[in-house]
Amino acid sequence: LIFELLVFGVMFVMALGASLAMLFAPNAVHVALFLVATQVALALAFLLQGAFFVAAVQIIVYAGAIMVLFLFVIMLLGVDRREALIEPLPAQRGLAVGLGALLAAEILYIAFQGVNLVAGGRDGAGALTALNEDPGNVKALARALFSRYLLPFEATSILLVVAIVGVMVLARRIGALGDVVEAPPTEREGQAA
Amino acid sequence: VSVAPEYYLALAGLMFTVGVIGALVRRNAIVIFMFIELMLNAVNLAFVTFSRMHGGVEGQVLVFFVLVVAAAEVVVGLAIITLIFRYRASASVDDVSLLRR
Repeated sequence: LIFELLVFGVMFVMALGASLAMLFAPNAVHVALFLVATQVALALAFLLQGAFFVAAVQIIVYAGAIMVLFLFVIMLLGVDRREALIEPLPAQRGLAVGLGALLAAEILYIAFQGVNLVAGGRDGAGALTALNEDPGNVKALARALFSRYLLPFEATSILLVVAIVGVMVLARRIGALGDVVEAPPTEREGQAA
Repeated sequence: VSVAPEYYLALAGLMFTVGVIGALVRRNAIVIFMFIELMLNAVNLAFVTFSRMHGGVEGQVLVFFVLVVAAAEVVVGLAIITLIFRYRASASVDDVSLLRR
């Protein structure tokens, strides 16, 4: 128990600290790296709660694939570009922090009070451990995913296909297929030419 | 007995709040996208915690669906950002104000 408490403490500090550091990092690359740290900490949280397969997927898909995609686009658009610090709406920053604090207070109240009121407490605290023992985490997950949740699963495959087709349409060079729209030469292309 | 699920939910709530504030305050479109990812991650943590509280894997199944939606959203969103950048040479959301004029 002491060891789990220790791991939980490290995970808590790492997740919250890295996400707060995201808020104050001026460079987009630093924000991305802090997000990777947050996701690794969250994978730790998943492991602590018996979601072993989800933890592995979190590392591979989120911290691996998605963040590499983010870094790729950041590099593509130029890392040296500074975020504009001029605030066009002066009240927005304080308002955002104030409303955020209110939201945090609400969520914390619900986390500590509301769950017992709505969901009827935690009845199945040990059931997941038993489930991880007997059919195993991956097997139980696969049974749920491919039987009861088969239709949403197929819907996600449609979603992915639609996303791929959409990105292909978006990323195609304008004017490559016939004369669609003449793109105005941007600053960057002007310099390159 | 292990760490109570309430503390995980509290962490998820705090991370979600940080994501909301970041998405409202920051100006770079890619950074805003990363804060949206942070919010989705916090929701994933809440799902896993609920899964443990109810003693089933349904919450973990939902994490998969969130993951797929997040991946699709990132791919399409980054493509749109790249396209806007190609036109305007800027990734700041303040520069995309054509509809307001």
